[in-house]
Amino acid sequence: MPTDQAAIAQAEKSPGALNSPNVKRRSKFIKEMKRNAAFYLMLLPGVIVLIINNYLPMIGVLIPFKEYRYDVEKGFFGSLFSSENIGWKNFEFLFRSPDALTATINTVVYNIVFMALDLIVPITLAILMSEMWNQKRANTYQTLMFFPFFISWIAVSYIAYAFFCNSGFFDANILPLFGVESVDYYTEPSHWPAIIIFFHLWHYTGYNMIIFIASIAGIGSEYYEAAALDGATKWQQARYVTLPMLKTTAVILTLLAVGRIFNGDFDLFYNVPKNVSQLYPTTSILDTFVYNQLQQIHDIGMSSAACTYQAVVGCVVVFLSNLAVRKVDPDSALF
Amino acid sequence: MGHSAVKKRYVFNRVSATSNALINLLFIIICVLFIAPMVLVVMVSFTSEKALLANGYQFWPAQFSTESYQYVFKAWKDILRCYGNSILVTTVGSFAATAVITLYAYPLSRSNFRHKNGFAFFAFFTTIFGGGLVPWVFIYAQFLKISDTLLVLIIPYLVNAWWIIIMRTFMKQSIPEELIEAARIDGAGEFRTFFSIALPLCKAGLATIFLFCMVKFWNDYYLSLIFINNHHLYTIQYYMYSLLNGIDQILSNTNVPPEARRNLPSEGCRMALAVIGVGPVVFTYPFFRKFFVKGLIIGAVKG
Repeated sequence: MPTDQAAIAQAEKSPGALNSPNVKRRSKFIKEMKRNAAFYLMLLPGVIVLIINNYLPMIGVLIPFKEYRYDVEKGFFGSLFSSENIGWKNFEFLFRSPDALTATINTVVYNIVFMALDLIVPITLAILMSEMWNQKRANTYQTLMFFPFFISWIAVSYIAYAFFCNSGFFDANILPLFGVESVDYYTEPSHWPAIIIFFHLWHYTGYNMIIFIASIAGIGSEYYEAAALDGATKWQQARYVTLPMLKTTAVILTLLAVGRIFNGDFDLFYNVPKNVSQLYPTTSILDTFVYNQLQQIHDIGMSSAACTYQAVVGCVVVFLSNLAVRKVDPDSALF
Repeated sequence: MGHSAVKKRYVFNRVSATSNALINLLFIIICVLFIAPMVLVVMVSFTSEKALLANGYQFWPAQFSTESYQYVFKAWKDILRCYGNSILVTTVGSFAATAVITLYAYPLSRSNFRHKNGFAFFAFFTTIFGGGLVPWVFIYAQFLKISDTLLVLIIPYLVNAWWIIIMRTFMKQSIPEELIEAARIDGAGEFRTFFSIALPLCKAGLATIFLFCMVKFWNDYYLSLIFINNHHLYTIQYYMYSLLNGIDQILSNTNVPPEARRNLPSEGCRMALAVIGVGPVVFTYPFFRKFFVKGLIIGAVKG
């Protein structure tokens, strides 16, 4: 191997160099690169995109600590590093702003509700579906329920509009049944938690169900037969066989959701309420807050402070919850 | 056991006929609830503007009409261009993203690649920690300077850590280690093994990832929302977005005669556009559903 020869040649010139850890490490690195050159080539495009799209922006967590001014001559990074340091000022503004507080509370509360519903609803439906006699019919139901997952959020915003605009379906057909005067949904924040939760379930239930149905299908039928022979009812089978078997999947999904507790579903919260500002008390989440600060008010300081806060707290939450899960049940931990 | 999702049970352990009927009823109600919203949009798009004004939005129109579609197609040049942009971005993006994801996943699936865990974490870490919107926008707009190009609608979605993990798991499941060993003994290089042995064995996984990418690129409006100002580069979803949110492209379009603008069937017309924008997904869904389910089950559960 040429590398080895080079290393040996170098070693001969300066005795003892071959044993120095530096040369050893370098030649080991080159050897590894050569042996797995194909693998590294395959990884290269992905690594480049990850660096551009994910790792370079991470340096941006420093933006809120700077009085960021973009200078064309210095470029993006030059301007970042030459901007004046202003310490925690942006964060002080952020934490004093009532809108940021509303957005934080909304993000966390909605996420907790979604976490609970995304376990309860799909698991219940998956258990019921797996008990159905007719498999073909079950597949048809599953197909229909999975369908909304593929509808774009823009189209969902049209659907919501068709129901809730003036003279929309609710206004024209449902409210008169109850003798209620027409409601202007797009200016009245109190209705939106229900609407948003409905569209969340509508969009994701079919998808989440598939994962649980697959897990249930993976449980050997001998468990159920044994339970049935012992006289277990269907409820007892679900309680003592199915649910424990679904635990690992459920824990992992919840863990992932906990990690995103500071990140909301921008697509849902931005489009379905059409980003109407009167609705912000119940529809503003950190992601839409950041976007609106940046796009409407051009407040780079405050919106990047919110980004950094979201990223750092979110990351800490993932590590803490993973640590907790690893203590209780090492098999369910993410890493 | 196959992957058709519902398992067979022996007759003696079946739920009672009543329970079975009740479960069926429950699912019928849920399915109706799930499909109804889309039916409403389609129905409104076929309702005449007069009936809409008189009765509001209804599931069964008092007066059927195709005037909304006729109106929308007066702006056919815009719609066609948006469709063209969407098709271009979706095609190029899906092929490129599938290639990048598959190439990244393959080394991670190989047990003899020593740094597989390091590279897996390199991708996975991006789902835990991110710089957030502001620096991300700056990277594309000021560092790479590609805002207002079709490129910016493709690059951000080329890699997705979840799909890499799904693909890696899929490859681990479906490529037997012995086959790769055999190929190596026969003197095939890694690329040769990848193309002629690994890829043909993961057709279902490839199809799943490709379809995921297609849906993602076709349904995307977010990148346009952030990076695109030039209305020649609008995709169909972003066109729909701007129409619903009052930046009325059709109204400002000079190709539409003024009298047509005055008789604007605005509400029905919006719903017609929604139907046009969603159309391709509806028509292709039945064909690709089974791939999705299969890929999801193999890739996600056994991971």
